[in-house]
Amino acid sequence: MSEVTLTINDREVTAEAAMSVLEAARQAGIPIPTLCHHDRLEAYGGCRLCIVEVESRGKINHVVSCTYPVEQGLAVRTRTETVDRIRRVLVEELMAHAPDSPELKALAEEYGADRNRFGKEPIFCVMCGLCVRYCAEIKGEHAVGFIENGPRREISFIPERAAEVCWDCQECFTVCPTSYAQAAYLLAKGLAFPDGGRS
Amino acid sequence: MPRFNTVAEFEDYRAALLAARDPARPCIAVCAGAACDGLDSAAVAQAFEAEIARHNLAGQLDLRVTGCHGFCEKGPNVIAGPEDICYFEVTPADVPEIIRATLAGEVYAAKIYRDPQTGEKAARMSEVPYYKHQMRLLIGDNPRLDPLKIDDALAIGGYAALVKALTTMTPDQVLAEVKQANLRGRGGGGFPAGAKWETTKNAPEKTKYVIANGHEGESAAFMDRAMLTGNPHKVIEGLIIGAYAIGAHQGFIYTRHDVPRLVEHVKTALAQAREYGLLGQNILGTGFDFEIELHFDVGIFVSGESSALMRSIEGNAPEPRPKYIRTSVSGIWDKPSNLNNVETWANVPQIIARGAEWFASIGSDKSKGTKLVSLSGHIVNSGIVEVPMGTTLRTLIFAIGGGVRDGKALKAVHFGGAMGGSLPVDRIDARLDFDEMSALGAPIGAGGLLVMNEDTDMVDIARYLMDFLVKESCGKCVPCREGMFQMLKILTNIAEGRGRKFDLERLAELTEVTSLGSLCALGKTSAAPVKSMLQYFHAEYAARIEAGSQTP
Repeated sequence: MSEVTLTINDREVTAEAAMSVLEAARQAGIPIPTLCHHDRLEAYGGCRLCIVEVESRGKINHVVSCTYPVEQGLAVRTRTETVDRIRRVLVEELMAHAPDSPELKALAEEYGADRNRFGKEPIFCVMCGLCVRYCAEIKGEHAVGFIENGPRREISFIPERAAEVCWDCQECFTVCPTSYAQAAYLLAKGLAFPDGGRS
Repeated sequence: MPRFNTVAEFEDYRAALLAARDPARPCIAVCAGAACDGLDSAAVAQAFEAEIARHNLAGQLDLRVTGCHGFCEKGPNVIAGPEDICYFEVTPADVPEIIRATLAGEVYAAKIYRDPQTGEKAARMSEVPYYKHQMRLLIGDNPRLDPLKIDDALAIGGYAALVKALTTMTPDQVLAEVKQANLRGRGGGGFPAGAKWETTKNAPEKTKYVIANGHEGESAAFMDRAMLTGNPHKVIEGLIIGAYAIGAHQGFIYTRHDVPRLVEHVKTALAQAREYGLLGQNILGTGFDFEIELHFDVGIFVSGESSALMRSIEGNAPEPRPKYIRTSVSGIWDKPSNLNNVETWANVPQIIARGAEWFASIGSDKSKGTKLVSLSGHIVNSGIVEVPMGTTLRTLIFAIGGGVRDGKALKAVHFGGAMGGSLPVDRIDARLDFDEMSALGAPIGAGGLLVMNEDTDMVDIARYLMDFLVKESCGKCVPCREGMFQMLKILTNIAEGRGRKFDLERLAELTEVTSLGSLCALGKTSAAPVKSMLQYFHAEYAARIEAGSQTP
């Protein structure tokens, strides 16, 4: 496999040509925050926290590092004023929904986010899609999915599938940053198959 | 119906069609565009039909039910040829007089244009102020053909550019012509169509697709559907020519599922083109194969975004793709897919027929050709207009649009649809030019021009647009889903007198994060209306917050 050389925060880094900027940075021990990323899942580009500044052929852009491919000579900056400001606002936006998520609290500390910046609308889910994608990509079960769109979007367990497969798995609970996946499962179970789901 | 196996057979058929048609013969064109249809133009068309039958006039007078003529404000529209006498607000009761006048070579004065101020009358299309400042290269054919009849299209030169391209030009020459014409995409971004075609053409993957985007999901934009409904063959012809240049053998027309007449017209046009051998295997015996599939949206605005649209054609939910790789390289099923808007494709036949030099002679320095614009809001003449690029907003609003309704003063113009921007009255000498409008913060976008009078509440306008955009977000990425949701909350608070001092600062930060951080073009541009408000109407917003906080 061919290799490319790029700089991340002025440090020269070598990466495989097929890697994303995020993978290259983490391999080099340079931290970039993520919420929707999981090493075993396909890059999603949903939370946008891994946004970085890139400079390529004289052009400066803001891109998300989980889906942006490395290229020879690329200059990446992971902590500019603008990048930090974007991350802070993203964390503040998410804290309107899940103010006590441990992941978000740690990020708030790092980026100076104010958990009360935006009016609270606690739904406890940050729509990272980890449960949905884990269930589909790793387990191949599709027992949980997204419904609706825009701010009405939510995750929902599909009772017919969940009744059959979830009790013996529950692996998505461990990837959820807010414990909402578990709550959504119990809600679906309570409503649709209170006695089912377990033989 | 014949299937033409050679170009010669096809051109013989066209010659026979033309020989059988007398251009001097009177013809009544009744508009059945969306607005006129809503005003029951169907009853007018029926009255014409009945009157012609009653007096047995079928030998002397043709009747044609057509797509949108453009002057929607004054529908139902009727145009009487060969002199192009325009009749407005026609009712079935006017029909006998219009027929009589048309056959006698006269004008039925009761229903021609009358200037609301001066009372001056205008009968011919070339004299009616609404039409005379326009350059109707695309929409001008609408009154001249019945969109359900391919022979009408052939009689006015339809598919002649396709024949020229297939028989006298190589695919590279077609591409060079489009590049030289500097045709820029009419769907919003103004990206050079030729450069996009070239990317798809040169992509290593052999299977390539071409797509006409006729989704047009925004408020205040209604010209693409007028084009596609009124003259589907022009778009189809453009798409076939593009496919030939690019080397695609499969195309898609992606459009709205909820406009029955549009669906019927495109379906019929595709079926007729297929029957004539203009689509399918070995088109007109030239050895070029190309097929078009019609695909419908799923009723959400974001499905007009290029990567979401392609996901939709694949049969998946229309969520934009997060990859930093262009759809022109990797689109539908990861094949190179060239997507252009309906209006962009409609421009292709004339570029091939009349040449790049001719096309590039129209318009401004860097924006060539004409642009369809839908006029709406507090304007005297709402409708669809077509003007050369470089025309000022002032000309559009006053010379063509007739100014602001009810004698009010102009306060602002919102240009570019839901993701466009609002400009104050002192900016209306801006020219309709991709780069100029974009620099002002009101990108041409979908091409909708919304006129706002002195009583307009700019906070409410932004709130309205944001309410629309919030509902249309797919919800996948945080800055679009949450950013717009928070902007809407803040705007609603300001509108309802609950604004707070730091709201404008919060709005400014949200617009920055949404436009830099969002995944797709919809998200990236969704903050444009609010940005333009903060740029041009900051004082009004600040005053509104101030006033609101004083009320108990």
